[in-house]
Amino acid sequence: MSVGLPHFLTVSAFLFSLGLFAVMHRRNAVGILMGVELMLNAANINFVAFSRYVQHGIDGQIMTAFVIVLAAAEAAVALAIVLAMYRNFGTPNADTIDSLKR
Amino acid sequence: MLTENGILYSALAILLLPLTSYVLTFFFGKKLPRKGDFIGVTLMGIAWILSWRIFWTFWKISDPTYRMEASFRWLDLGGFHIDAGILVDGMTSVMLMVVTTVSFFVHLYSTGYMHGDRRYERFFAFLGFFTFSMMGIILSNNVFFLYVFWELVGLASYLLIGFFFHKDSAANANKKAFLTNRVGDWGFWLGILAFFTATGTLNYFELFAHVEAGTIKGTLLTFAGLGLFMGCMGKSAQMPLHIWLPDAMEGPTPVSALIHAATMVAAGVYMVARLFPLFGPTALLVVCYVGAITAFIAATIALVKTDFKRVLAFSTLSQLGYMVMSLGAGDSVNAMFHLTTHAMFKGLLFLTAGSVIHAVHSQEITDMGGLRKKMPITFVTYMIGTLALSGVPFLSGFYSKDGILGSTLAMGMINGHYLPFILGILAAVLTPFYMFRLTFVSFFGEPKDKERYDHAHESPWSMTVPLIVLAVLSIFVSGFNTADKGWFSKYAAPYDVPAISAEFNLDEPAVLHELATMEENLEEAGEAHGEMGLHDEHSHSDEHEVVGHEEPAHGGEGTVEHDAHEALHHIYHTAHIRAMIMSIIMVILGIGGAWWVYFLHKIDPSRFQARLHGVYTVLQGQYFFDELYAATIYRFTLWWANVCAAFDRIVVDGIVNGTAYLTRGAAFISGSIDRYVVDGAVNGVASVLQGFGEVFRRVQTGRVQTYLVYVSASVLVLVLIYNVL
Repeated sequence: MSVGLPHFLTVSAFLFSLGLFAVMHRRNAVGILMGVELMLNAANINFVAFSRYVQHGIDGQIMTAFVIVLAAAEAAVALAIVLAMYRNFGTPNADTIDSLKR
Repeated sequence: MLTENGILYSALAILLLPLTSYVLTFFFGKKLPRKGDFIGVTLMGIAWILSWRIFWTFWKISDPTYRMEASFRWLDLGGFHIDAGILVDGMTSVMLMVVTTVSFFVHLYSTGYMHGDRRYERFFAFLGFFTFSMMGIILSNNVFFLYVFWELVGLASYLLIGFFFHKDSAANANKKAFLTNRVGDWGFWLGILAFFTATGTLNYFELFAHVEAGTIKGTLLTFAGLGLFMGCMGKSAQMPLHIWLPDAMEGPTPVSALIHAATMVAAGVYMVARLFPLFGPTALLVVCYVGAITAFIAATIALVKTDFKRVLAFSTLSQLGYMVMSLGAGDSVNAMFHLTTHAMFKGLLFLTAGSVIHAVHSQEITDMGGLRKKMPITFVTYMIGTLALSGVPFLSGFYSKDGILGSTLAMGMINGHYLPFILGILAAVLTPFYMFRLTFVSFFGEPKDKERYDHAHESPWSMTVPLIVLAVLSIFVSGFNTADKGWFSKYAAPYDVPAISAEFNLDEPAVLHELATMEENLEEAGEAHGEMGLHDEHSHSDEHEVVGHEEPAHGGEGTVEHDAHEALHHIYHTAHIRAMIMSIIMVILGIGGAWWVYFLHKIDPSRFQARLHGVYTVLQGQYFFDELYAATIYRFTLWWANVCAAFDRIVVDGIVNGTAYLTRGAAFISGSIDRYVVDGAVNGVASVLQGFGEVFRRVQTGRVQTYLVYVSASVLVLVLIYNVL
């Protein structure tokens, strides 16, 4: 049994679900960030897999490189937001911050 | 001698001068020196001079039918219009002379009499207002404006009677005068409306033409005439409506002299004389009886009154009764003549009364006595007035009163109604009696109240000068001659009055009988005329010639009419001679009686009082007219007012309250609908929305993660839908 596209997609979907679950479920804002990273990487796997098995080019790998850069930038911004959030609300927990309701 | 325009402008000036006086004194009197009394006196003086000039002009014209009119359109409503205008003729000029004379001297007198009164300037303002209104009555040339000014003098009278309004008696008296006059004016207005409806005009001479042409005749003419006469009954205080005049003596004495003796109360007589052709024979008979009854009853009441002014008031009533009686007998000339002479001597008597009251501070003659020594000028002028009023020969009252009695007797001889003459001649004996009773009790004898007597003094010149002038006029105003032969014949016969009464009486049996005797004893009758000597044969024969010439074609008819006129004149002459002799006897009886009782004290009047207690009570109670009205009209009015009040309370209020209840019921239902249906709908919508809100607000947790769940779930659902469909 050779490793084909469905295997990659399965791993990717599993990884995305884990990330999604983390984003939905984690109370700590840093955990949520980590979930986001997982979801981005799941998308990266999809890009690389589709690029390898369907398109036969390097477009997917280039896009993946962009996503990794973007993820790094996003992590920087997001951590700054988390810090500001902690300063403002006195807690890193996302579920206690519901000022959107008001 | 004035030109025609001169007369009209003078008349207009006479009308407006008192109005000017009223306005100036009313608005600026308080700020002016002497409170502005000189304005009224000066302006009235000018009016007095102007009216004497008019009087003199008419003397020169010497034509009682000469007249001039000027009018302008006052109100124009398409087919209906009313003119305002001035009419000046001989009768007007006499009235102008009388009213301005009395008014001017009353103004002058008031500067002394009212001196120091708190509302001094207001008094002069009202006097001016009254004089203006009176001039309006005299000068108006149509019945509408006659009525307007008629009401204005009523108002002036009301204001002046109630001048001392802080006294209850004065306040009540002016209400009484006003309301009583309203009754008369109601009839007056109905009469005017009747004439206007029937003829469509208000102008005097157009009305006369319509009556002559027969546009209005028969019963309607009689009743319309009686309507007009009701106005006279109110204003001239004739019998059923006379009750206000004695009470009107609550006003200041100059007012009593001017309004309630000389001028306003004579306005009724003037009105009837002015509108004389509008009165049918039946109406005139009623007029005659009313006047005669008034003359007699008022004279009897004057016998027992002890208030100086009230005696004079009842005397005025009695004399007004004479005038009205004369009008009813078809002799408006003598009525006007008596009006003129009466204005002078009764104005004088009231002013002397004022002078006396001013001196002793009492109106009761029982407080007076012996005043002739203290107040010589007042006493002498008072005596002249009294003699003139009593009808002593060669004073003015004698000629006018005899004229009236003669005409009334002639009427009795023609149509058999002797009662007015009998009542008149009885009043003629009572008049000197009560006047000399007043004289002897107040001016002669011992002073009854020593303190008052000691303080009494002659009045200042401003009061005595009017007395002297009016006393002179009381002597001379008649010109020592009867109305039909003296100066008065130049003035006050604008309607050819004998002809009018002749038309009514041509078919009376007495006239026919006289005609027959005349034909039989033509020569003898002529001699008899000659013997009587007082009759101006020539003027009458001239008159008849004119009548004869006018209708030469109908020779026979003309002669019959001519003869009938002559028969009437014959009757009149006989009657006048008889009346004159009788009235001289009556004057002697009256004065002698008073002299016997009150000067020589041969009979104690209190014994009469005791013996004739019933009569005395009736007289003292003024025939209980007031009580009668209190028992009938007032009670009826009150009853009717109660009925109306009950109707108001039950029916009108019932309707109003019922409507209110209905409205409340409707409002309650409407409110309920509002509350339960409309509000229910609104609140229901709100509740439903709130419910939804309650549910959906839970979705909005504010937590980002929750939203993410929704997004993911939604994407999943969309994917599922996409795959399934």
